[in-house]
Amino acid sequence: MPQLEKTILEVQDLSIAYPITIGVVRAVEGVSFTLDDGEALGLVGESGCGKSTLGLSILKLHRPPGRVTGGKILYRGTDILSMSDRALLKMRGQNISMIFQNPLTSLNPLFTVEKHFLETIHFHDASMPRERARAAVGKMLETLGIEKKRLKEYPHQLSGGMRQRIMIGLALIMNPDIIIADEPTTSLDVIVEAGFTDLLMSLRSIYKLSIILITHNLGLVAEIADRIAVMYAGRLMEVATTEEIFAHPLHPYTQGLIACVPNILVDQKELVTMPGSPPDLVDRPAGCPFAPRCPQVIPICRQKTPALIQHAPSHSAACWLYRQKEG
Amino acid sequence: MATLVSTTDLVKEFPLHGSLFDVFSARRKRVHAVDRVSFSIAEGEVLGLAGESGSGKSTTGRLLLRLIEPTSGAVEYRGRNVTSFSARELERLREKVQIVFQDPNSSLSPRMSVGQAITHPLQIHGIGTTVERKERVLDLMEKVGLSPAEFLYRKYPHQLSGGQSQRVVLARALVTQPDFLVADEPIAMADVSVRALILQLMRQLKRDMGLTYLFITHDLATAKYLCDRIAVMYLGRIVELASRDTLFSRPHHPYTKALLAAVPVPDPKARRDKNLPKGEIPSAINPPSGCHFHPRCPYAVARCREARPPLREIAPGQFSACILD
Repeated sequence: MPQLEKTILEVQDLSIAYPITIGVVRAVEGVSFTLDDGEALGLVGESGCGKSTLGLSILKLHRPPGRVTGGKILYRGTDILSMSDRALLKMRGQNISMIFQNPLTSLNPLFTVEKHFLETIHFHDASMPRERARAAVGKMLETLGIEKKRLKEYPHQLSGGMRQRIMIGLALIMNPDIIIADEPTTSLDVIVEAGFTDLLMSLRSIYKLSIILITHNLGLVAEIADRIAVMYAGRLMEVATTEEIFAHPLHPYTQGLIACVPNILVDQKELVTMPGSPPDLVDRPAGCPFAPRCPQVIPICRQKTPALIQHAPSHSAACWLYRQKEG
Repeated sequence: MATLVSTTDLVKEFPLHGSLFDVFSARRKRVHAVDRVSFSIAEGEVLGLAGESGSGKSTTGRLLLRLIEPTSGAVEYRGRNVTSFSARELERLREKVQIVFQDPNSSLSPRMSVGQAITHPLQIHGIGTTVERKERVLDLMEKVGLSPAEFLYRKYPHQLSGGQSQRVVLARALVTQPDFLVADEPIAMADVSVRALILQLMRQLKRDMGLTYLFITHDLATAKYLCDRIAVMYLGRIVELASRDTLFSRPHHPYTKALLAAVPVPDPKARRDKNLPKGEIPSAINPPSGCHFHPRCPYAVARCREARPPLREIAPGQFSACILD
């Protein structure tokens, strides 16, 4: 497919494996997707589905012994995986930034808020005069809605919501195009979470950001993402626009996932449940990884792994049910 | 229906360890974790206790079982005051009143097999013979979906999935056939698909075993699924208490409204206007005067700062601690 100009990030057939004593954990297998300029993509899945590994690998930060066993990650046409360490250091923060789940483990307890910012700036641009750096920090704080006096405070003096605001400020201070947010609100209370969501949306338009939101929270992606990719056992099961995925989920896993979440606006007499648990990633069974739990399983599901095929404009699914219908 | 458990003006303050000087002074700082909380739970009812972290909901749950001692106030179980129970009476009470915590992995001993863990309460309370115990445990394991029970009986916690661990914890709590269960965020750590299964199981167990629950949660959407009535807590106080339907259709307290508006909805068409309160939950060491919510409340008036608003019945069965109509 020709590279479209609006595509800012393209992941091609990416596989990541962790060799362990009893075998090889195939955490990510043959994942392909694109991220358009200015788009917010939600990467949804349950624990252990490989979504965090995938997110980290985009910055080539996946942890050893994990290694990429195949595929490419193209940022504006350049393969991140073959970049030099020096180029990677520059790229992280200036082009692609990341926010993690727990801000307290990401902030240095011995640094004030100001030092966090100044250190980040000087790491990327050692020649920037101190005054200009301070001005940039001041402006960022204003955007984040944080009082200036907080600059002199240490992480332990800040509330959870405030820490997460600082984190996003640090991620944005070098003006990246892409933010990868890995469960950014999981440690926050609902009201604080809602405030953070609002902030993220306004920052998105101010900084013309592209966002990859990694989460298990379907409510959160419904509010933030334009498009959603559903991951299960290291594979993408379905990719579609947010409206499409909630209105017409194709994959039985997506259908189950949406139906089993309690919705505050709906009166649910019974929740739909998905018995069973995800497969062992060491001993991957042949065929679709969801087949053992799938209520609509057909014989071919257990024999061959379905590819992610486009079924409608901007709606793809990896499921034999739809391949069959098309013949 | 008869009241099974009730609390009256329950208070729990935790003293803070400041300097040595503070320990001896009357100015010693305290965390006001639970501040005059009163409610009652009818037999067969599920009461939800909802609120953000630090609202005192878990402390309240622990006080009901007297896992921690209240500073003042009373807890009654079947009309008897639990706070004055002797150690022996307390032991007997815990056969009938049980608790399930958030993280199943930290609630299970890694050295005890599933069978041992679930049998343990029977040994403590001296229920049944060895053969009877095993039969009862295997039977209950099947009931909570730990199947095949004979196979899982010998497994250890590290060999279980997250959903299975939570089922073991539930089975262990239910093996003495209690009638009251405090469930403290039992699904908060679980995956989305496991959550639905545990919720469904809890509902089914309630029906089959005639249980009464206090369901502690920060997630109003799950509370809506499981609870008959819901109490919303903020900084140690109940700010609103109403039936499930009333709370979701006609919330009265501004905090309840804010909490409801903030819940993310898994439906992109339902994007709503969120009129979020300013800032975050203040410290329980030095909480705001009057109504604790007034500094963040969009409707606050001068009077809100003065006195604690009483929890009053503003409609049949709906109680709200807000002076505004």
